[in-house]
Amino acid sequence: MSELLRVTNLTKSFGELTAVDNCSFSVEEGSITALIGPNGSGKTTVFNLITGYLPSDSGTVEFAGSTIHKEGPGTLYRKGLTRTFQQARVFADLTVQENLVVARGGTLKSFFGRRISADDRMRAAELLDEFKLSHVADLYASELSWGQRKLLEFASVLMSKPRLVLLDEPTAGVNPILIETMATHIRSYNEAGVTFLIVEHDMSFVMRVCNPVIVLDRGKTIATGNPETVQSDPRVLDAYLGD
Amino acid sequence: MHTLIQGVILGVLTGGVYALMASGQTLIFGVMKVVNLAQGAFVIASAYLAFSLFTNYGIDPLFAVLITTPVMFGIGVLGHWIFLRPLRREDAVELSILVTFALALLIEGILSVTYHTTYRSINTSYANKAFDIGGFAISAVRVYGFVVSCVLLLLLYIVLQKTRFGRAIRATVQNPQSATLLGVDSNRVKAYGFGLGIATAAASGSIFGLLFPFNSGSHYDLISRLLSVVVLGGLGSIGGAVLAGVIIGVVSSVAAVTWSPTWSEMTFFIVLLLVLLVRPQGMFGRVERGNL
Amino acid sequence: MIAVLIAMPEIFRAHWIWNLLFFTVLYAAMSSAWNLIGGYAGYPSLGHAAFFGIGAYAIAFMFKNTELLTNGWAPFISLPLIGLGCALLALPIGWLAMRTRADVFAIVTITLLFVAQTLGYNLKSLTGGAQGAGVSRAPFNLDIFEQPFYFVAAGLLLLAMGITYFVIRTKLGMALTAIRADEDKARGVGVPTIGVKLLAFSVSVAITGMAGAAWAYYIGFIYPQFAFDPLITIAIVLMTFLGGRATLWGPVLGAAILMPAQQLLAYYVGGSQIYLIAYAAIFLIIMLLLPRGILPTLLSKRRLAALAEQRNIADGTTTSTISQGAHS
Repeated sequence: MSELLRVTNLTKSFGELTAVDNCSFSVEEGSITALIGPNGSGKTTVFNLITGYLPSDSGTVEFAGSTIHKEGPGTLYRKGLTRTFQQARVFADLTVQENLVVARGGTLKSFFGRRISADDRMRAAELLDEFKLSHVADLYASELSWGQRKLLEFASVLMSKPRLVLLDEPTAGVNPILIETMATHIRSYNEAGVTFLIVEHDMSFVMRVCNPVIVLDRGKTIATGNPETVQSDPRVLDAYLGD
Repeated sequence: MHTLIQGVILGVLTGGVYALMASGQTLIFGVMKVVNLAQGAFVIASAYLAFSLFTNYGIDPLFAVLITTPVMFGIGVLGHWIFLRPLRREDAVELSILVTFALALLIEGILSVTYHTTYRSINTSYANKAFDIGGFAISAVRVYGFVVSCVLLLLLYIVLQKTRFGRAIRATVQNPQSATLLGVDSNRVKAYGFGLGIATAAASGSIFGLLFPFNSGSHYDLISRLLSVVVLGGLGSIGGAVLAGVIIGVVSSVAAVTWSPTWSEMTFFIVLLLVLLVRPQGMFGRVERGNL
Repeated sequence: MIAVLIAMPEIFRAHWIWNLLFFTVLYAAMSSAWNLIGGYAGYPSLGHAAFFGIGAYAIAFMFKNTELLTNGWAPFISLPLIGLGCALLALPIGWLAMRTRADVFAIVTITLLFVAQTLGYNLKSLTGGAQGAGVSRAPFNLDIFEQPFYFVAAGLLLLAMGITYFVIRTKLGMALTAIRADEDKARGVGVPTIGVKLLAFSVSVAITGMAGAAWAYYIGFIYPQFAFDPLITIAIVLMTFLGGRATLWGPVLGAAILMPAQQLLAYYVGGSQIYLIAYAAIFLIIMLLLPRGILPTLLSKRRLAALAEQRNIADGTTTSTISQGAHS
């Protein structure tokens, strides 16, 4: 097992507020790693820094051997890193099927091709079937329910067959049955070789699905380990209860 | 050399006025993430107002500021409430630009119907007076205009730093979500922030009317300059806008005396292009991606 | 629709109608072109008039310096050249302007218009300054003078709509919609945003430039304040918004409504300042009441009805009702 993602001394401040403070951790290839921590611990900011949505003040991020903290989302996509958002960002004015097809990306030249080719249809159909979204394939993303949107977003970041997927609170606001569905999908894709880094608040989900668990507090890594160890780590308890 | 220094002095004096106008614009952007394309139009409207007050009642434009500013503040808040607040969330930013653009044109249209398109200027008694400082001839209006601009900028600074309202604005500019969590009513902040931005336009309108001849179409020229200033300073940074105003004032003034007056108008655009080429976020702007 | 455009000559005879048709179709073409970058991509260009003027002066320049006027139709051949020139010019400008955000793009394009106007006044050797520039008079028979121009304008409209149709049928359309909806996310899923945006911008500008050239040839004499007139930008933006941006027929609908209205207004009231107030007021009203424009509002009503009906149908039927008509 090798390190797929390594974050070293990452720092980001917003004025007087230091959101991420010399944060370091790494993610093993083939794992489903969780990133947890109390509110305000900097989890989403770390995600934004890793995925090129925010520039860091200092520190480095390495992915599959190359340094990426200065790269933007487009480059990261090509390198095999995709992410979802807390707010389930999907393209509201495109249909579910189109959302998936457009997520295949490509060169400018490739975009001169048919809007939805037979190959596109096939590949999208695979994901649509798997995520049970086939019956809404022609609805606009804006017409979906919250849970369906989260599934769609999740499906779309898998279209490019990435190596590492960052999920930002995939279970937030989602009903328990759907949470189970997501867990199943994550596991099956993980078995097929996709590494996951998941920011989560739902502890039972983390316990069931993720290993290892990285704990952040006030922008710093305070603990790493398997779920049971972390759960009983006094520093972690302190962080959650102490605030 | 003499002309060069004269140009620099002139540039600083004029730059102060641009700084005042631009500060309101960048404040509006900071609070609402909207580029107010009507800023120039409000300045011109206020200039006309000062002109009327002067021609009909003899009120000196610099004193008229006391009248025009509160009036425009109110108009700004009202305008925000009518035109900007109702916009749907998803395309609010995209549409806001067009709405403020349409507002600018509406104002231009109303002004040209009311005042016709002849160029006006406010000719006070001291309009042609000039001071002789160290061998440099400096027109009195520029000095007065600069002084008033500085006073108003100072006032703005005090409002933003020392009042609760100002702190709420700064919190919203820094981080809208946190600000809401801290109990700031974002709708009111946006409305009053917009009003405050328009108020600075009002105040600078009087000065503008003193310094330059204007007509209803002048807002195009003005908004182009203001936008260059704001981009150079960094969208959302008031300090940046002030500094950028002075810098661009000096650059264009020096260009006017060393090169030619007509081409000095281009300096604004050239600065804009250079900023976008070299450092798109301006001097003090934040580099941000993703949804703001 | 091609049939309609060609049939026009047979139906109408009056000169003023031809004039109206020329302008309506010309503006429909420009609005359709603007729609590509302002509607689909979500990057509202507020300076398209700059390229209109550049096209106009380009053809004036060609007339002055080359033997263009061999027969009435020859000058039209210069149009594609001018279009290409504008497209190439648009590339560096677009790249600079679209580097950051859509609002910075608006800033640059507004400034661009103003700069173009200033250049128009000051580059006297090229443009003749405030005196204006002459464009040779087309030697068409006075009876049918407007008609060739009308057909050229119609050609431009067909070109603009053809390109839009092409964009819709290819992945480019999806890319533009994605960029408008959420540009950062679009980048994050691998959409080549820069290339797509530049493509849309330069094509859009090329058509606008060609329209400007056609207009200059029609008018015969151009001045900076009319060639680089902000009213042109406002008109095409408003037409696109009124009809419905990011739709194929929206801009055309908008032009069909507004251009005759404008001529009517001119006839009864006159004076361009009233246009300004009227356009601005209509624009604001549309923004507030009908922000998506006529076509999308109608289409979505139809869609909502279809969806509701679909939900009332018992299980077992397929969802084919919804797939057509949603893409426009």
